[in-house]
Amino acid sequence: MLGRSATGIFWMFRYLERAENTARLLDAGFRLALTRGDTASSAEWRSVLITMGLDSQFADKGGEYTGAHVCNFILRDKENPDSVLAMIEGARTNARMVRTAITRQVWEGTNEAWMVLKDILARPVRETNLGEVLDQIRRYATLVRGAMDGTMLRNDIFNFARIGTFVERADNTARILDVKYHVLLPSVAWVGSSLDHVQWETVLRSVAGERAYRWLNAGGMDARGIAQFLILDGRFPRSLAFCYEKLRSNMGSLAREYGGETHAHELLRDAVSGLHQASIEQIVDVGLHEFVVDFIASNMRIAKAIAQDYRFYE
Amino acid sequence: MVQTIAKRGSMPTTDKPTYDEMFDDAGAVRAAYAGYNAWYGAQDHGWLRKQPREAERVFRRTGITFNVYGQGDGEERLIPFDMVPRIITAIEWRKLSRGIEQRVRALNAFLHDVYHRQEIVRAGKLPERLLRVNDAYLPEMAGFVPPGGVYTHIVGVDLVRTGPDEFMVLEDNARTPSGVSYMLENRETMMAMCPELFTRARVRPVGDYPRRLASSLAACAPPATQLRQGERPTVAVLTPGIYNSAYFEHAFLADQMGAELVEASDLRVDNGRVAMRTTRGWKAIDVLYRRVDDEYLDPLTFNPPSMLGVPGIMDVYRAGGITIANAPGTGIADDKAIYSFMPDIVEFYTGEKPILQNVPSWRCSEPDSLKYVLEHLPELVVKEVHGSGGYGMLIGPTSSKKEIAAFEAKLRAKPENYIAQPTLALSTCPIFTKSGLAPRHVDLRPFVLVSPNGIDITPGGLTRVALKKGSLVVNSSQGGGTKDTWVLED
Repeated sequence: MLGRSATGIFWMFRYLERAENTARLLDAGFRLALTRGDTASSAEWRSVLITMGLDSQFADKGGEYTGAHVCNFILRDKENPDSVLAMIEGARTNARMVRTAITRQVWEGTNEAWMVLKDILARPVRETNLGEVLDQIRRYATLVRGAMDGTMLRNDIFNFARIGTFVERADNTARILDVKYHVLLPSVAWVGSSLDHVQWETVLRSVAGERAYRWLNAGGMDARGIAQFLILDGRFPRSLAFCYEKLRSNMGSLAREYGGETHAHELLRDAVSGLHQASIEQIVDVGLHEFVVDFIASNMRIAKAIAQDYRFYE
Repeated sequence: MVQTIAKRGSMPTTDKPTYDEMFDDAGAVRAAYAGYNAWYGAQDHGWLRKQPREAERVFRRTGITFNVYGQGDGEERLIPFDMVPRIITAIEWRKLSRGIEQRVRALNAFLHDVYHRQEIVRAGKLPERLLRVNDAYLPEMAGFVPPGGVYTHIVGVDLVRTGPDEFMVLEDNARTPSGVSYMLENRETMMAMCPELFTRARVRPVGDYPRRLASSLAACAPPATQLRQGERPTVAVLTPGIYNSAYFEHAFLADQMGAELVEASDLRVDNGRVAMRTTRGWKAIDVLYRRVDDEYLDPLTFNPPSMLGVPGIMDVYRAGGITIANAPGTGIADDKAIYSFMPDIVEFYTGEKPILQNVPSWRCSEPDSLKYVLEHLPELVVKEVHGSGGYGMLIGPTSSKKEIAAFEAKLRAKPENYIAQPTLALSTCPIFTKSGLAPRHVDLRPFVLVSPNGIDITPGGLTRVALKKGSLVVNSSQGGGTKDTWVLED
């Protein structure tokens, strides 16, 4: 396959994944805002922006930290090059570029997502229809993923798509952890207050993990448990451990298909074994923030090595 | 619900009655359309009216769109699809395909000749000036024989009909003819929307065009690369990119052929071959089906200031390391100045009388002709010799006095840049309108594949239709639509 096609499919799936995760993040922020006063919810909206790396852009624009302003900025603002609409457009443009590498269903799902969301996001989103908009974003991400799973050959093209998905997902989960580490590892005084529970639930909700966590922990909530769940629980599909297990497997398929490993495989092997050996106690001892910063940097190094090893760019 | 079908209106721009593909002069349905007409009469009107929108929805979702030059950047448009098929009988098709085959044979012989001994000039049948002062003539091709001796691997012949037995060639497209994806998608759409129609009429399939294209291109691989035993030649489609008006078609054909879709930035000359950057390294290409113009092929040869193209590809080509389809320099064969000589060209190379006629043309470079053209501008169609896409032309009968005067100034300044043709009574074929069937003018572009194994004409083609009543301009860039084109079995 062409190096340019590998780039295209990799980014197509990164953008789709990012759009979906953003929808979850907004959904969590929205729910928190419904149950809290203005001060707390504006702090929550701000943390959504920080997670997405958009806080300074938003501040430059002089936006207010209210649900309507933040949601519209993140979803559809033309001055925001990282808006969900821009991501969907980016995914679709890449899909168009790699049209010969994807099946008709995958292309049509992506194209339809773009047509529908472009239409919905042409108008300002109000609180009354925010839920519906976010739902559509998740639904189309699911549709494309399903089309992918059901129709694509399991070859290098498929692997690059999955690699894009999991590099992006790991990055997103790590960012949420970083922004919320003060919630997860609060000062002693706060422990056990009901406020924490709401915030913890928000964290879980933003990675679609609230139900899974409750099911595994029989309804109990504690900060370390949640951090452990998001980082190390290989059963949860948005945990770092899960993403890296998938990356290992997809990179392994590539190595078999191409008859050899690359520098990226070495980096990934180190990262996976690091996650295997880590315990939540160690992570907390070193500092959750430090752990996450290292993880995000290492995740980027791996992505860069993949691009280099597989000739994504000239 | 049965509707009455009446033949309505004829073209206001000519005295000669217009030939209608579906109805004869008395208003009776022609035999070829009997099956369709019976089906049409049995359909629910409301259902029929909903179908165009339904088709449009499918086209949008599948991404069958084209980009319009000069419009807002990246805007994607649909080419309107009309649900009344254009039907050609087996007898009509036999004659057409004999004529097309003859013409394409002549085009290839002509190209070989103009890039070698130029016998046709020596014989006094073609002014040497037309080759010398012509951007489409590439001196780089002189003395070079492309692999397999094939110049025009893919040809689209634009035909118009003016009477029962009168098919004329309006234009030869010997560079990078487009539209074949619409031939294929229109058929798919028809079969999806009205499957029962195909049980009433025996329509010859067009769906294996991509397979034929792939094997035709593979058969033209350069000899050096054919030595590898049991390995299929590597074919790639070269596109200018996603913002090109025909990008959908480039992707569609590459996909259907199982070939890579490459851009110039994916390619470089490597070890005497043209290679594409793959995830495994550089991979040599044997046959490049290019959908870019000659001048964007190789900046070293054609367009030094341009960053576009693959530097050095022409050297590889001339050394036999790659096949470029169509060959560079084929544009000289479909140049409108050459067009008027086509009857002589066909006869010169085939030794036969042309089966398909040319549209009579006045060459404005000749003083007598220019005089005539200037005197009759309001009734003529004047075309730019090096133009394409219907942008630089005058359609006398539908132009205002002001437009004609403006065009006259251009014509007087550079008469050698123009040819003129009478306004033809193009045949009509009905389209669906809100008030039932209504005749609109059509043309026809069949697609022809050329390889050392022979000339292969797909039974069908692209029928373009002028959607505006009375209009003769069928170009999709000018508001034309398309129809499914049926060639009936014997």
